[in-house]
Amino acid sequence: MHLMYFTEQPMSAYASAEGLKFGATALLFSNKHFDPAAGSRLYNEYIEQYVHAEDTGFDGIMLNEHHNAPFCMQAKANIFASVLAGVTKRVKLVMLGNPLPLAENPVRLAEELAMIDMISKGRLVSGFVRGGGQEQLATGVNPAYNRERFEEAHDLIVKAWTQPGPFRWEGTHYQHRVVNPWAVPLQKPYPRVWIPGVVSRETIVWSAQQRYPYIALNTSIEATKKIWETYDKAAAEAGYTAGPENRGYLQRVHVAETEEKAIENARQFMWMQGEFTGLAHPVWSSPSGYFSPTQRRAFVEFASGRAVSPRGRPSFEQQLEDMQIIAGTPRTVIPKLKRILDETRPSIMALWANDGAVSHQDSMTCIRLLAQEVLPALREHGDALGLKSPFEADAPVSIAYSKDLRKVAAE
Amino acid sequence: MVAVAWTDKHVDVAGVKMHLSRAGKGAPLLVLHHDIGTLERLPIYDALAQHFDVLVPHHPGYGKSERPAWLRSVRDVAVMYRWLLADLGISQASLIGLGFGGWIAAEMASMAPRDVERLVLVGAMGLKPPEGDILDQALLSYIDYAGAGFHAPKAFVACYGEEPTTDQLEQWDICREMSFRIAWKPYMYSQTLPHLLGGVRVPSLVVWGDDDRVVPLSAGHLWASRLPDARLEIVKACGHCVEMEKPDAFAALVTSFTDGR
Repeated sequence: MHLMYFTEQPMSAYASAEGLKFGATALLFSNKHFDPAAGSRLYNEYIEQYVHAEDTGFDGIMLNEHHNAPFCMQAKANIFASVLAGVTKRVKLVMLGNPLPLAENPVRLAEELAMIDMISKGRLVSGFVRGGGQEQLATGVNPAYNRERFEEAHDLIVKAWTQPGPFRWEGTHYQHRVVNPWAVPLQKPYPRVWIPGVVSRETIVWSAQQRYPYIALNTSIEATKKIWETYDKAAAEAGYTAGPENRGYLQRVHVAETEEKAIENARQFMWMQGEFTGLAHPVWSSPSGYFSPTQRRAFVEFASGRAVSPRGRPSFEQQLEDMQIIAGTPRTVIPKLKRILDETRPSIMALWANDGAVSHQDSMTCIRLLAQEVLPALREHGDALGLKSPFEADAPVSIAYSKDLRKVAAE
Repeated sequence: MVAVAWTDKHVDVAGVKMHLSRAGKGAPLLVLHHDIGTLERLPIYDALAQHFDVLVPHHPGYGKSERPAWLRSVRDVAVMYRWLLADLGISQASLIGLGFGGWIAAEMASMAPRDVERLVLVGAMGLKPPEGDILDQALLSYIDYAGAGFHAPKAFVACYGEEPTTDQLEQWDICREMSFRIAWKPYMYSQTLPHLLGGVRVPSLVVWGDDDRVVPLSAGHLWASRLPDARLEIVKACGHCVEMEKPDAFAALVTSFTDGR
């Protein structure tokens, strides 16, 4: 198994009453409430926590980015990946990921990621995302071309990584006279690409077609099984059999020395859910053209308050019950995490451990307890289930580098 | 008012199946709808059909017209309408551009000055307002945005009902997506159009609601100053959608303008 540590890097140091008063804590919620002194402290605490995760035994650190919202203060994942490339020695730097459509110049992304890969001596996992709807609005990028830009930027980056330059790129959204970056990845053929997601069927199918592992972001057990069905079908159509090496899962889990403390801190996961899915307008998170046309009717009903959120908004207690959130001491969380593994069979697992206003000290304790007491049990269980990570399975980086494809009957 | 018989059909332009409603007799009048699309029939369409051969197409990608995946700009839409008029054998038409449709009409008038009989712009988008900004629907719900087009809430209700239907919401989303595809950045205006308006050869009527919350009135003054022979008419107690909120006043303005009064 590949076991990694994740936090959204919450910017919880603002007066929460202000957000409630404004009625939104994203996009238009004023950054006058952002305190850079607290920001400086938090960024440095997060670096310390990541280093602690490496020291105590995590395999990887998962990074992401968001814009204009307190729930995540990482505005550019490549900056944190660059810092960690220098200050860590062993962990994989798993970026889930760079929002490709937001890039006006994907070649620059290819350069930055190649630099991170070289500085980290080949520890980069370069995930890519479409970026949430609000990210498009926050960065001025046209949501209606989100998927086109995602796919084209991906193709351009992979070409820049794998084909010697110079070459010319005349695409729909990107045109480059000269692509010839003097920075190429250390890992060959190119760094592994993992694709995180929540619901979008098109992204699941696309990932399977590329043979990129799909990382289900804290989806329910039932939804996760459906994701694998979709993925496996697309994989079979592409000529290979998907296995645990194609599957990742992100789980909210907080541990502490006592049950009471763990539950108290785990309530902070609700902070983020309030921020993210509770206090923003639906048309910000799903601008027209951003979502699949098949979802149009359901979305307009939700956006106008005529239907409940497709994601629902279960209570904290309900989420504990459904294991959407797991909290406790190592002894009590291990059986639950094993059940998640039994049910969803991922070989890549991200533990989303600290959120909201959990203190630095409690975050450090949580990381230590997870690494020292929980991870060994998960590894053992994963081995028994045959959950080999892409690294352990030596899985091909993409479909283009697969040597085991079956011939697929022409349609 | 004489009962008006409308015919609806599909016409093929640039490989795109476009929806066109047509009624009335007289000089041809092309009516270009808002960014929120158009209702199938409106009292103003009937009123205009008493005097003109009225053509109400759905813009490509809006309403019942197919979405061309390749379409990238509002000027492209203007070219498609030139093509449509040519196919219909109409060498000269008057243009009424409503809001976003005003931008398309102005593009048409500037690119082919001799093909326009009269130009009427209503709360037209297309120019950067000297003061204020064009209301950004990307930040607003469907109903709030459509509602912002009216001065009196009851005028909105008269058109769309107390609770717009889910079908209508879906339509607004389709329209919004297409507007994003062709007018995302800069949002709803052209940086070059102001320099090209001097080529327009016909009289223009610029109509603005005094309570237009979608396109600031400052843009109305700019249109009137940039178009060579333009008159600005401000309609009292009226929002952006003058043709829906004050159809009688608007019809009177149009007919007197085209009659040369």
